[in-house]
Amino acid sequence: MTQVKTVLEVEDLCVSYGKVEALHRVSVKVGEGQIVTVIGPNGAGKTTMLCSIMGLLPHSRGAIRFLGDELGQAEVEQMVALGITLVPESRALFGEMSVGDNLLLGAFMRHRAGHRDHERSMEDVFQIFPRLKERRAQHAGTLSGGERQMLALARALMAKPKLLLLDEPSLGLAPLIVKEIFRVIADLKKRGVSILLVEQNARAALQVADYAYVLETGEVALEGASEQLIDDPKVVESYLGLGGRK
Amino acid sequence: MDLQIALLLGQDGITNGAIYALLALALVLVFAVTRVIFIPQGEFVAFGALTLASFQAGKTPGTLWLLIGAGVVVALVDITQALRSGALRRIPRIVGWNLVYPAAAAATVFLLKPGEFPLVGQIVLALVLVVPLGPMMYRLAFQPLAEASVLVLLIVAVAVHLALVGLGLLFFGAEGSRTPSFSDASFNLGLVTVSGQTVWVVSASLLLIVVLFVFFERTIYGKALRATAMNRTGARLMGISTVMAGKLSFLLAALIGAFSGILIAPITTVYYDTGFLIGLKGFVGAIVGGLTSYPVAAAGAILVGLLEAFSSFWASAFKEVIVFTLIIPVLVWRSLTTRHVEEDE
Repeated sequence: MTQVKTVLEVEDLCVSYGKVEALHRVSVKVGEGQIVTVIGPNGAGKTTMLCSIMGLLPHSRGAIRFLGDELGQAEVEQMVALGITLVPESRALFGEMSVGDNLLLGAFMRHRAGHRDHERSMEDVFQIFPRLKERRAQHAGTLSGGERQMLALARALMAKPKLLLLDEPSLGLAPLIVKEIFRVIADLKKRGVSILLVEQNARAALQVADYAYVLETGEVALEGASEQLIDDPKVVESYLGLGGRK
Repeated sequence: MDLQIALLLGQDGITNGAIYALLALALVLVFAVTRVIFIPQGEFVAFGALTLASFQAGKTPGTLWLLIGAGVVVALVDITQALRSGALRRIPRIVGWNLVYPAAAAATVFLLKPGEFPLVGQIVLALVLVVPLGPMMYRLAFQPLAEASVLVLLIVAVAVHLALVGLGLLFFGAEGSRTPSFSDASFNLGLVTVSGQTVWVVSASLLLIVVLFVFFERTIYGKALRATAMNRTGARLMGISTVMAGKLSFLLAALIGAFSGILIAPITTVYYDTGFLIGLKGFVGAIVGGLTSYPVAAAGAILVGLLEAFSSFWASAFKEVIVFTLIIPVLVWRSLTTRHVEEDE
């Protein structure tokens, strides 16, 4: 972890909903070109952590640094402009718009910044997700669950992010499609995108990730390289279930 | 009633209906993007018409002072905020739009004698003065409340409306104004004579509707506004800021309102408070479309115009009553046919 350049550094992050503290002094690091995963049960604060990093939720304490710069309480739009994109659990697609328009809007911030290369980005994205090209003119609301997740990922890639925050990309998808999504995630790493992946599907997440954190009731309970965690008896028992590794 | 009267009334109804349709579209747009029920829409109608009338009377319109005043307040608020958050590079933009722009507009008004401009020049200058009030209004009244409920936003909208009506009285006095027609031509179409102004109103409205359609369907900013209306969080995650979307929708609404005012000024005498009633009729049209559907809202607004024209013939004392009573069957019909979906925000 020390030899790679750090893209995202979250230090002692605390987030509260009213009096209830959802995150307590969470520290997470993502290095350049790495996939870092945060696993943990429902309600552990995984989504809260991503929303807070993205600026959708204010944090009460702690620091968020991106490429070494302290961000403070940044606005979402600022984070997008810096090169961070979040794919939320809900996908947040524009259902009554075509797949093509959804992708175009993924490049909105780049367009505002003066880049007019969305045609080429779209071709790149279609290389990764050929199915979306066939569905280009179709409304996003008519896509299947797997296609929606692909569109959400593809739309995020249109922004050419340096750091991709993924919230439960496998949620509600059939096993075959989960496999495909994770193949794409592993592929993105090769293209140099750093990824912070929040997952309940611990096995799949640990298989693609370089480093992992286990979040329990708002605190980091465990962390380590993925290969170590995948063999850790505590993780095996709580998150990988009987049978452990295949 | 013979056919000729019916055709005359129909012409009248469609002319007014075209204006109501424009206003209805603006109301749907603002509501979809910001959840504000845009009651002050009518004030933009009145301000547009009366600013043009002031130019023609050789007077300085009060909207110029409003533009300067609002610009100064917005600049103060935004600069304070920029200083506090350390975003110093935003300051030139803030100064440019809120101080330099009104100053340039004032210089044009005082140095160039707009009373002697051709009509097109006067119209453009009236729009230049009135339209920026839209985004400024959003900045001051609605941006700080972006997360508030629809009801709170409605209350603020009513307050803004009342304030602007008061300012309208102050700026333009209690007398109404009427501007000369865009054209004195008239056309004989069989039984009925169509006035040049009717042709102007209908074709300008149609043109504006086409332009809006192209904007929303073909441009990335138009798509960004639609995206914000569909999924606010999703749009923010693409970097489409709620503030930008709000300002842009208010800008369009102000443009549509002021332009509508300029279109009707030759047909009807516009007073400082005329806009409210016109805006409300656009609102009835928008309600027919459930505040969500653009085409149904436009069709509803045309219906309102026709209903108004025919009821002014049969029962002119009850003209307004009949038009606004339309809301009741429409609401009953809508509440019976539409499934209510809980808002997820």
